[in-house]
Amino acid sequence: MTRHVALFVTCLVDLMRPRIGFAAIRALEAAGCDVVVPEGQTCCGQPALNSGDRDHAAALAKQTIEALEPYEAIVVPSGSCAGTIRCHYPEIFEHDPLWLPRAQAVAAKTWEIMTYLDQVCGWKPEGVTVDAKATYHDSCSGLRELGIKAQPRRLLKNIDGLTFAPLQGEETCCGFGGTFCVKYPSISNAIVGEKADAIDATGADLLLAGDLGCLMNMAGKLNRNGSKVRAYHAIELIAGMGDGPAIGEEA
Amino acid sequence: MSGFTAPAGTASFKERADAALGDPILKIAVERTAGTAEAKRTVAVSAFPDFEAARTRAAAIKDHGIAHLGAYLEEFEANAVAAGAKVHWASTADEACKIVIDICKAANAKSVARSKSMLGEEIGLPHALAEAGIGRVETDLAEHIIQLADERPSHIIWPAMHKTREQVSALFKAKHRTPHQEESIAAMAESARRELRSRMLGADVGISGANFLIADTGAVCTVTNEGNAELSLVPPRVHIVTAGIEKIVPSMPHAIHMLRMLARSATGAALTQYTTFYTGPKRPGDRDGPEEMHIVLVDNGRTKMREEGLAEMLRCIRCGACMNHCVVFRQIGGHAYGGTYPGPMGAVLTPVLDGLKQSRDLPNACTLNGKCQEVCPVRIPLPTLLRGWREKSWREGLEPTSMRWGLGLWAFVARRPSLYRLGTGIAVRAMRLLGKKGWIGTLPLAGGWTRHRDMPKPAPQTFMTQYRKERRK
Ligand code: SF4
Repeated sequence: MTRHVALFVTCLVDLMRPRIGFAAIRALEAAGCDVVVPEGQTCCGQPALNSGDRDHAAALAKQTIEALEPYEAIVVPSGSCAGTIRCHYPEIFEHDPLWLPRAQAVAAKTWEIMTYLDQVCGWKPEGVTVDAKATYHDSCSGLRELGIKAQPRRLLKNIDGLTFAPLQGEETCCGFGGTFCVKYPSISNAIVGEKADAIDATGADLLLAGDLGCLMNMAGKLNRNGSKVRAYHAIELIAGMGDGPAIGEEA
Repeated sequence: MSGFTAPAGTASFKERADAALGDPILKIAVERTAGTAEAKRTVAVSAFPDFEAARTRAAAIKDHGIAHLGAYLEEFEANAVAAGAKVHWASTADEACKIVIDICKAANAKSVARSKSMLGEEIGLPHALAEAGIGRVETDLAEHIIQLADERPSHIIWPAMHKTREQVSALFKAKHRTPHQEESIAAMAESARRELRSRMLGADVGISGANFLIADTGAVCTVTNEGNAELSLVPPRVHIVTAGIEKIVPSMPHAIHMLRMLARSATGAALTQYTTFYTGPKRPGDRDGPEEMHIVLVDNGRTKMREEGLAEMLRCIRCGACMNHCVVFRQIGGHAYGGTYPGPMGAVLTPVLDGLKQSRDLPNACTLNGKCQEVCPVRIPLPTLLRGWREKSWREGLEPTSMRWGLGLWAFVARRPSLYRLGTGIAVRAMRLLGKKGWIGTLPLAGGWTRHRDMPKPAPQTFMTQYRKERRK
């Protein structure tokens, strides 16, 4: 059975690290999916939603719903953006009888990529080798809004050569928080500083997570600190693209 | 003494937060207490048969009480009066203070012994007592420290958590009449005991708060770990309780369930050392106890919260778990929040008490990571309530212009996919010009980011551009 899925790329992946989008396509195709990238998509509206700008959040949500609703399933390489669509779109249109059912329908078929591959497709990577020791950070929205915890670990376990070092405080926020990191930079810095120290203390070669925002925050701090730990979105490794440049490395 | 004192009043949230971030001693002090509390709670919760079900029940008990607030408060009043207490109603902080001061004056009180209560802080009772010329002794050890240092509490369970033992020792040496000689905890506690006991026993009035008001018996429940409440409320002639109206629970079994949740969430203990139920004053034949008991039921914005979509916040049992687990609180401590209540729950409550205009930073200074909600024993959706304040702040135009413009522009472009593709394409190329070797060290308009960390250089082309090219092949 071929699954027809639409990939919602997320604005950060589109702009900063397209590899994650291509890795997502590759993994989904390996899992037997037929992938399209709908044209009308831009940003899910989370920055506006979390800043209290409900009107713009609703406008962007409507646009995203329109772009995604024709598809059987929507897959997102970010727990945070998937969480926005799944958990917050129905809230945004709580009092809008026209848009609420549409928001609910899209929410119900939207999946974070690793959850989709693991839980829906029952797929696992095959023949992928990465000789390294990795540590994993559980990004907050994915963890607490969507229950993403075991899925990425189950997928990563199938990669040959990859070993794991537990991260002290793996469920503790990295201090990114979308616009929080630019609104309150010194507090955000103090939080990510501790996170970077904890990552360094694992002795791992690689830092993995499922959200580019958090990854950019942690990798940016690690680099500023002169750390040697390299950061990837977990889907890059899962899709067999772990031999490419890490975040902040030139191709 | 190098204590961190919050720059009060005029300083902005950011200034207070920066001052806190610059204080290494504060960081150590907060981490010691909150870190220990976090670890102990984890153990206590995992040993609890079905903590998730217990949380659901706790939330339901509070919701039920709040939905029928009027009826249960009336029941409580009737039962408290039947037990011999006098019940007063205050709709504002000032009214509540006035009632307390009037009772003290009528009793000819020279001094009062106070057992720590956050409501007392909320209504400004210490200040009101001072203005009325009534001497006050704080009987909770941490609150005593705060009183000596002339500071405000920085946590709702450990008001002096921002101070290290070394700082407290120095403070006691300077202020106690017969201070300790050795530096041990025991010697310091003894010094505080010598200082406090005589004053506690000599007080004319004892003032306390309430953890729960029990409707069907008219009892007031108080928990402490030091036994100071008992010692400061029983000997005086008059006992005054000030309590928020949301403290109501229908019956004793409900109170017991809430107590189990409270202790585990706050300190990880199965129960607090002292749990006392006060039902009316001394009765004929009783050997001790106060002659009069007054209960002041305070609204101070609570019924308004119910009407304004903050009803869930009235479930709060002041356990402090949300702040102990909050990444922001752990970095800046309680004083930076600037209100009576710090941390996530404070960020929801302070705008109610002090006005949103003064406190719009608090609901914003949160990463919305959801940990507070995960640990809250009564399942308060704190992130949702914080987002609600952000929306109100946005609607009322309180958010900074730069933010409004920035987001407005972003949304304008993001709503026009072809313009968006053009814009992101240009942005990517412009950003690449600023980078060296893969990283950007300073990025205009994102100074907050690059002051502390590098920004990875974006790929030469956006995903959409590359994807389209590939598909055309
Ligand atoms: S909001 Fe919840 S976790 Fe925080 S103090 Fe209140 S009851 Fe405790």
